[in-house]
This record gives sequence, C-alpha cells and structure tokens, in this order.
Amino acid sequence: MVQGPHPAAPAGTGRASTAPRPQAVAASPADVVRPAPALVGQGEEVTGAQSIVRSLEAAGVDTVFGIPGGAILPTYDPLMDSKVLRHILVRHEQGAGHAAEGYAYTSGKVGVCMATSGPGATNLVTAIADANMDSVPMVAITGQVGASMIGTDAFQEADIVGITLPITKHNYLVTDADEIPKIIAQAFHIAQSGRPGPVLVDIAKSAMQARTTFTWPESVDLPGYHPVTKPHAKQIREAARLLATARRPVLYVGGGAVRAGASAELRRLTDASGAPVVTTLMARGALPDSHPQNLGMPGMHGTVPAVAALQKADLVVALGARFDDRVTGKLSSFAPHATIVHADIDPAEIGKNRRVDVPIVGDLKEVIADLLPELAREHMQHGKPDLGAWWRQIDDWRETFPLGFTEPEDGHLAPQHVIRRIGEIAGPEAVYVAGVGQHQMWAAQFIRYERPNAWLNSGGLGTMGYSVPAAMGAKVGDPSRTVWSIDGDGCFQMTNQELATCAINNIPIKVAVINNSSLGMVRQWQTLFYESRYSNTDLHTGHGTVRIPDFVKLADAYGCVGLRCETAADVDATIQRAMEIDDQPVVVDFTVSRDAMVWPMVAAGVSNDEIQYARGISPAWDREE
Amino acid sequence: MTRHTLSVLVENKPGVLTRVAGLFARRAFNIHSLAVGPTEHDEISRITVVVDVDELPLEQVTKQLNKLINIIKIVELEPDASVQRELLLVKVRAEPAIRSHVLEVVQLFRAHVVDVVPDAVTIEATGGPGKLEALLAALEPFGIREIVQSGTVAIGRGSRSITDRALERASRSA
Repeated sequence: MVQGPHPAAPAGTGRASTAPRPQAVAASPADVVRPAPALVGQGEEVTGAQSIVRSLEAAGVDTVFGIPGGAILPTYDPLMDSKVLRHILVRHEQGAGHAAEGYAYTSGKVGVCMATSGPGATNLVTAIADANMDSVPMVAITGQVGASMIGTDAFQEADIVGITLPITKHNYLVTDADEIPKIIAQAFHIAQSGRPGPVLVDIAKSAMQARTTFTWPESVDLPGYHPVTKPHAKQIREAARLLATARRPVLYVGGGAVRAGASAELRRLTDASGAPVVTTLMARGALPDSHPQNLGMPGMHGTVPAVAALQKADLVVALGARFDDRVTGKLSSFAPHATIVHADIDPAEIGKNRRVDVPIVGDLKEVIADLLPELAREHMQHGKPDLGAWWRQIDDWRETFPLGFTEPEDGHLAPQHVIRRIGEIAGPEAVYVAGVGQHQMWAAQFIRYERPNAWLNSGGLGTMGYSVPAAMGAKVGDPSRTVWSIDGDGCFQMTNQELATCAINNIPIKVAVINNSSLGMVRQWQTLFYESRYSNTDLHTGHGTVRIPDFVKLADAYGCVGLRCETAADVDATIQRAMEIDDQPVVVDFTVSRDAMVWPMVAAGVSNDEIQYARGISPAWDREE
Repeated sequence: MTRHTLSVLVENKPGVLTRVAGLFARRAFNIHSLAVGPTEHDEISRITVVVDVDELPLEQVTKQLNKLINIIKIVELEPDASVQRELLLVKVRAEPAIRSHVLEVVQLFRAHVVDVVPDAVTIEATGGPGKLEALLAALEPFGIREIVQSGTVAIGRGSRSITDRALERASRSA
C-alpha cells in the first residue's frame, strides 16, 4: 500500500457539490489531481472495469485510441456507456500509440491509448519508446491475463511491464481492483509533470471483473517523485552574468521549450539578450522562424549559420535541449570555445553528454522568467554587450549559405519545392506532422514555423510510420486546425492503415506522400558513403515503376480522396485542391526526383566544423576568423 | 575506476529491484555486489549496491536512479564515514587430525562455527572485504568445500539516520 494519509472518500455518493474541494497539495498545479466530476459517483460500488472508465473520466480524458481484445474486453463494455470518453478504434495498436502522441501535442493534454494483452501490448511498444525519447505525455492502458494466470505463459500473455521498463517514465501492474483509481491518478500525474513521458498501466482481467469501490483520490502521494521546477537563484544570477558579458552567445533551444510552454518567455529572452537562437528539430516553432535572431535548426542537417554559430560561440545557453549526437556531431569538438549554461527540468540531462559550467534544474518557463530580471539588472549595471561583430559574422554566413536546393537534373519534381509550397499555402496556423527521413528534414528546413506545437515529428527514436497516425491524433486533439502529414513513400507504407480510421471517424487529415520511390535517406547515405550501391532501398512506387502500391488507388480504397502531382506546374493547384477538401482525408502522391539530397550535412561521427553546404562544398572557416 | 558504495532507499514494492538492477545493466555499469533488505519502516526497503565506476559516470547513474519513481533517496557512503560488512559462510574440511588448527583460525578471526560434522565444519564470519579475504586465505590449506557470501551492507557512522530524513522530506511534500 501507499504511504501517508490517503484521503477518504466524502460521505454519500454522487454528491453534486459546486464548492471547491480542499486541496491537500498547494505546491504546483501539476500536483493537484483534478477533482472527480460530479457524475462520477465517489464511493460507488462498481466493477474494476467501470472503475477504469470512471478513473479515465476523472483524469480529464475525452479521447482514447485503441483496439479491444480478450484481456481488455471487460473494460470495453462500460466504455460503450461513457458519455465523456470517445474511443477511436484504430487498425493497429502502434497507430493508437502515435495517435495519442499527436493528440497530446495539439490538445495540451495527456494522450491515452488502450490495447489488450500480449500482441496488443507489444504493438504499442514502438510508440511508447517514441514518446519516451521525445518526452510526450502519454498513458497506455493494457489488459493483462487474469492474476492467477500471470506467469503461466497463458494465451496472449506478455510481461509488458518488464518489456516497457526501460522505455517508460514509470509503469504499473494492477491486480487489485481497489488500486485502479489511485494508480491511474498517479499515472496521469507522472505522465504530465516534470519531464513528461509515457506511463503504462497493465491491468489484470481478473481485476477488471472484480467488485470494488470507486474512490478518486484528491491528491497523489509519491514519496520518490518530486520534480524540481523552481530554479536555483544563484545559478540564475550566474547565467545572467555570463549572458550579459559574452561576446558570441548562442541560445540553443530544444524541445523542452515546447513542452514547458515557454515560447513567450523565450521570445522575451531572445529580445532582451540580443543573442542568436538555434531551434533544434524538436524545438522548431518554439521561436518564430520570422524572428530575425532565429538561425534555424542546428545539427546534422542544420543550417550553416546555426551550426557555425555554435562552433564559434563563447557561450552556449542550452534551454531544454539534451546535446543529442545529431546536434553535436563529434562531441569532443562541439562548441569547443563555449562556456555552457544548461537549463533542463531533468537533472540527469545536465552533464550527461557535455560538461556544464552553470547547471540549472527547473521548469523552463520559470527558469526564463527568473533569468529576465537578472539579465535586466546586469544590463543596467554594465550596459548591454556589443554583439555587433558577432552578428556581422553571422549575417555573412546567412548571406553566403542560405538554405536552398538545386532543381533535380532528371527533370522530376524537387521534393523541397513541394514541401515549401505546402508550408506557404497551408500557413503557420496549420499543423505539420512528418515521418522520418529526407522528407522529415526538408519539412524541418523548408516550412516556416511561427508557433510551438505546429511541428510534430519523431525526433529521438526516429520512428518511420509516425506521421499518419500522429497526424490523425493531432487532428482529433484540435479539429479546428488543418493537419498535413508530410510523409515519405517508405514511412507511409508502414502505418497507412490508419487512413481507414480517419475516413470512418471523420478525421480529415491531409497526407502529402513525398514519393521518391525509395527509402530516400538510406539511399542518400548509400550515394555518399557506399559508392552508390543501392542495397534494398528501391520501393517501386514512383514514376516509371510498377507503382506497387498505387497511392491514389490506395487512398480511394480507404475512402479518402487520392490526388497525384508529377510536375512543378501542378504543385500549387494540387495543394489548393487538397486544402479545399475538408470532409474527407486526402492523400496526395507527389512523385519527386529520387536523386534529391538533404543539405547541408555533417556526416555521422565527424566534427560540425566539417559541415558540407552541398556535396563537396564546405565553408572556409579560416576566412571568417 | 574506483569502488563506490551506494545506499538506495526504495519503496517496498514488487519489481523495484528489477528497476534498479535493470538500470545499471542498461547504462553498462557493473554491479560488484548488491544486498536488499527491510528497514525500520515497513514501507521502505534498502538496497546497498557496490559499483566500480568513475566519478562522472557515477553522477549520471545516481541521477538516472533518482528518476525511478520508486526510489526515495540515494546516499553514497564513504568508507571512512561508514561501517561496511559482508557475511561469509564457508564449509571447510576438518578431519579430527586438523580440526584444532581450523578452530584456531576461527578464533583468530573472531568467526563462529555454525555446523559440525565428523569431517567438516561450517564457519560464519562477518567483516569488510579485506578481513574475509584473509580468513579465506588462512582456511585455504585445509580444503575449502563451499563458499557463500552476501553483498556488502553499509551504514553511516554517527547518530543520524538517512531513512528519517528521507521520510521527513516525503511527508513534507505530501
């Protein structure tokens, strides 16, 4: 049992009280469990399955993505009666998991997915690992075989708690029906507080069938879980002093800025410091791309100015970033001259990869809010630093090495052009959801992001197949927004079965298949590093091939509108046509050149100083020194 | 690499040991010894884990351990500021002709005989790794038949208790 006082249920059942309940915890809003809605009878006798449904309702859930099966079946019965929960029946559990992720981005809530035991649960694993790497708040509910059968290799038994141990923020096995509300309350609290992440709750079928009392806890008591949100004042002062005195500062902004909802604060810090900003793959949109101090994305396929600024910086202020190898390149030569300030909600990220001079543990919103007055004080005392020379150098890079692309020599469509035009036509209020590969990088580079949570992708795990189901979840999370899945022909074939879910449940997403008839990013590496020996990267989906499958016919078969675009002249009209259809999902097959490559590029494992602007073209750094 | 002794206070729940051991394995840390047992609080168990690791990776593994929800507190116990003990049970050949020599060694190391049969004795000893190694070396010539040894358990010197402070913190924040 849990320690500490466990609040008893209020006397009487179904009490419709409008008075706010006394809050046991006043520390932070995240510590307070949402009071159960009046329609949920506190203290009422129910089955474990009903208790699950009521707990989800009490946790504020309105949407569940899932598939029923033997062990979760008891829960699907009361789910049918819920007036609060909308269950969306997906076609594969991986789709449920990614949909929950997409939903979490656009709704700002915890995404929820549900599956049965064994294969149902193991099919969730990829999405859970994905959410864990990208810190997405998610709760996965899985059925488990009856308690007496656990450990007997029963039909559809898998130790999903053991399997997901390393890829969840936390997980639970529930065999006692009385524990259901408490554990579900804890799961939601853990998933969304501190550094968000996935929590799996595996519930034995016998617990779903048992009689129990539904009692939603008023607070969550976890003796070993106390995320630090308030940064240390001394470290903040030191960070402000450094930022006020550095001559070549860079703000290195990661996905934590998006998770913390710290965009407004970041904007103020950007303006106040005058420093250049780089936004990582996970942070695209955290600061508007139109902001003159935004240098774009750093890393393997980052812009030359973003990569170069980090390499030449004397101060790097990392905000919710984790010095991932795709950003740092060869770690020992990353930002070699820089003093490092590292702010993150997760203490384990600080100093994990790069030695840190000023560590700051805290919620980024609070960190930046505290940093601003300290920075102003420094400026008052010592004046604003002169960053003129730094900006002249950066502007020189920006002028010499802008993002761009060359028209393909084979005369086929340039994928970059297609993606750029989708971004320009759909605009900054739309949501863009990429798969993984070349199209993902181009979507990160050539769409201008002006707000957080407009850009969804699988950054850490690099999950091909993320796009379609995540786009579906994103559209459910905010139906008012246009949602474009920017997908590749390889990725699309991994999870396009969710088009059925979209068509049947009136979830009108738009899918742009950037069809280069191959596993493009792998092919690019084969071109560059394997003497153009194209081992197993040809997918036969493009122009001049057998077109298996034909994506237009496939769209049609799934009850979606299928369009095809093969020439530059048709790009705008096709995108416009897709934008006009809002009562059905649309799939556009953009057949593009397979020879287009993602540039700039830092090859894996080499120093960021070796960035190539295009094949064989590297900036001559000595000139600018 | 240096040897470090960590006292880890955890919630007394099923699977917690797996979470801790799994984390060490996943992050490629080698556990030298591990001991788990109850504490003066029913709801808290204590894991003593001895690892060979450098300072920086140790900081990382401590931080990763702290992220586990069921872990309440981690304290590194310095050898000078703590008492560290292992338990050894060793079965030694002891025919009547040599028995008195074996018993002499037992007395010398302040160990105990816990089982006797005509041709062997079982000896119980506690101590630090150095003492137990020396005892085994002294018994070796008689013929060691079987050894079983516990992981290290350790406690800080002085009157302060790490469990009290951990509980205070937990209840304050609740």
